[in-house]
Amino acid sequence: MSLLERVIHPDQTKLWYGEIPIQSRYTVGIAGERFFREIKENGRFWGTRCPSCDLIYVPPRLYCERCFAHLEEWVEVPTTGRVHTFTVVHLDLDGNLLPEPQVLAFVQLDGTDGGLVHYLGEVDPDEVCIGMCVEAVFKDAGERRGSITDILYFRPI
Amino acid sequence: MGRNRVAIVGAGMTKFVRRAQETGKEQAWEAASKALESCEMTLDDIDAVVIGSAPEAFDGLHMKTEYLSDGCGGWGKPVIRGFVGGGTGVFSAIQGWYHIASGLFDTVLVVAEEKMSSCQPHPQGAFITIFDHTTERPLGPNLLWIFALEMNAYMTRYGLSKRDIALVSVKNKRNAADHPAALLGDPHITVEDVLNSEVLAWPVQRLDVSPVTDGAVAIVMAAEHVARRVTSKPVWVEGVGWNLDTAYWTNRDLSYPTYVEEAARMAYKMAGITEPRKQIHIAEPYDPFDYKELHHLEGLLLFDEGKAAEATALGITQRDGDLPVCPSGGLLGVGNPIAAAALMKVAELFWQLRGEAGARQVPGQPKRGVAQAWGDLMQVSTVIVLGV
Amino acid sequence: MKEHVYDTVYLSEEDFTEGRVLFETWVPKARYAWDAGIAIGRYLAELKQGRLVGRHCPSCGRVMIPPRMFCEQCFAPTDLWVPLQDTGTVITFSICYIRWDMVRLEHPLIPAVIAIDGASPGMGILHLLGEVDPQVVRIGMRVRAVWKPPEEREGAITDIRYFKPLE
Ligand SMILES: [Zn+2]
Ligand SMILES: [Zn+2]
Repeated sequence: MSLLERVIHPDQTKLWYGEIPIQSRYTVGIAGERFFREIKENGRFWGTRCPSCDLIYVPPRLYCERCFAHLEEWVEVPTTGRVHTFTVVHLDLDGNLLPEPQVLAFVQLDGTDGGLVHYLGEVDPDEVCIGMCVEAVFKDAGERRGSITDILYFRPI
Repeated sequence: MGRNRVAIVGAGMTKFVRRAQETGKEQAWEAASKALESCEMTLDDIDAVVIGSAPEAFDGLHMKTEYLSDGCGGWGKPVIRGFVGGGTGVFSAIQGWYHIASGLFDTVLVVAEEKMSSCQPHPQGAFITIFDHTTERPLGPNLLWIFALEMNAYMTRYGLSKRDIALVSVKNKRNAADHPAALLGDPHITVEDVLNSEVLAWPVQRLDVSPVTDGAVAIVMAAEHVARRVTSKPVWVEGVGWNLDTAYWTNRDLSYPTYVEEAARMAYKMAGITEPRKQIHIAEPYDPFDYKELHHLEGLLLFDEGKAAEATALGITQRDGDLPVCPSGGLLGVGNPIAAAALMKVAELFWQLRGEAGARQVPGQPKRGVAQAWGDLMQVSTVIVLGV
Repeated sequence: MKEHVYDTVYLSEEDFTEGRVLFETWVPKARYAWDAGIAIGRYLAELKQGRLVGRHCPSCGRVMIPPRMFCEQCFAPTDLWVPLQDTGTVITFSICYIRWDMVRLEHPLIPAVIAIDGASPGMGILHLLGEVDPQVVRIGMRVRAVWKPPEEREGAITDIRYFKPLE
């Protein structure tokens, strides 16, 4: 017998089942706190601007990744944008067919260097195209909790 | 062997806290930007980035390197992450060293980050996976077992009492009272406090253990020609070493860390150290538990086997003693954000050797220090020797 | 060096429970089926039969438990299954009052590393001690495995309930 010893009786092979018992609790962070509070309280998007790189980050960042400056200039940005790219999702995480296909897009927000990944809604998946102009649709103010899901979806303008 | 000389020229860190509001990458940026600021360098001056961070499961992120990279200054640069368990913090400095010693880069920003508070209900949910899933985890272990079992083996072998060992916790938590980033500094803590704290897994009690912590630390490393330009006080990397023992931890002599000795010998050889006790003036051994400091001091050949406790009782390891040990306050006092905790030890030597440690400054203008970290399955040790 | 420390924002647990700070939670579906592998697969099969086995290295002569198909010191294949006794000696132990999530246990557990008779010196496994007053456990104590009855065994390390003193 050696390292190459083989299993001759498959019923002797053994799997050992287990879990890693963790769950994660993520703070939204210093920049994220202000971003999501604006969404929750006012249904608005804010970004941070790097004056030396002339970039507006949305979601906002505490620092500029290019020049490493602390970003302290907050600017309100539009809740409108353009579809930079999209996909139509037919299956859930376990591979089951979704009742309705979902359109997932990266929306570049107007006047910024950033954007959000989110669903598109109120639109036929066949009619979605890159470059399409869209706007954010928020949940009612009372239902918002300071989360990306406070935005229901983006819809065509 | 034609290696380039490498210095540490800057250091910065976040406060160590139980729960930070900052995201992991925000913490990384806070430390990294402080380190750059300390040597008046900008990201443009940095050739490459080394990231040190413990398992993904703590922060709750996969591909943590990629996630952290922009906060570590990695945008558009060569970036690498090293991970050797608790040994990571010192290893990240070693990686920074060989990036430069090899001649590949002139400047490296080394950033170590941990956000353990993300891991609920307790980071132990991730830690327990160090036990074998088939032969050990069905027994219902927790991380403390491995420490308690090693501590008992160590105490029994050398006839040490809980009181002998508690002195380490007292020293470090008192030292940490002078550290502006410390989570658990306490100038008034006594041996009785440690001995009366909650028994978790005998012989380990609550105050024998370092806390769950969020934090980040960064250092700037540079080749000699850059180092001489940016600072009048470069702190040179004189030696590095690392070593792993078998993963079958229950087959090992738990009372003496041979792998620490091997790593130390590698680093001392490179540094030309033949008499560590005389040639090393300050030590920052890894102290996630109080007995580990003693264990590691012996592995580092700074005290004879079983004799580090006696030296502690005699005050030799106090900040004003003959061999100051963990003048920072260590993991027991400053806190234990895994990878960041050990890089904090490297940063402490940097500040101490430059005479910039403020209220923590050890007297006598120390010229050489050793920092060491430990991790994986009681298995890895990483060692760095710094000098001025 | 105070100026080199960034003033991180410290949160209390109440900041979360009382909604003073925004956060997201996530439960990963981290469920695994690990292959026991060749050496541990046989180890488990032997446990089901109420036996402990080790593996012999032809190069260094060690008899190793847990068994492995290669010797990590010689980096060579091991060659023989070696039956071991189900008795041994406590190398070290702890008396544990908490669960992994830091909840206190009603009855403390006594985890121990036990060197198994018949294996090379110092070859221990992790297990629990039972039927013993925690206060009398000592390093060097001789112990014997207490097995589950055959019909309850499933090919697992827990087929041994615990080890109890020989005396
Ligand atoms: Zn910028
Ligand atoms: Zn061998």
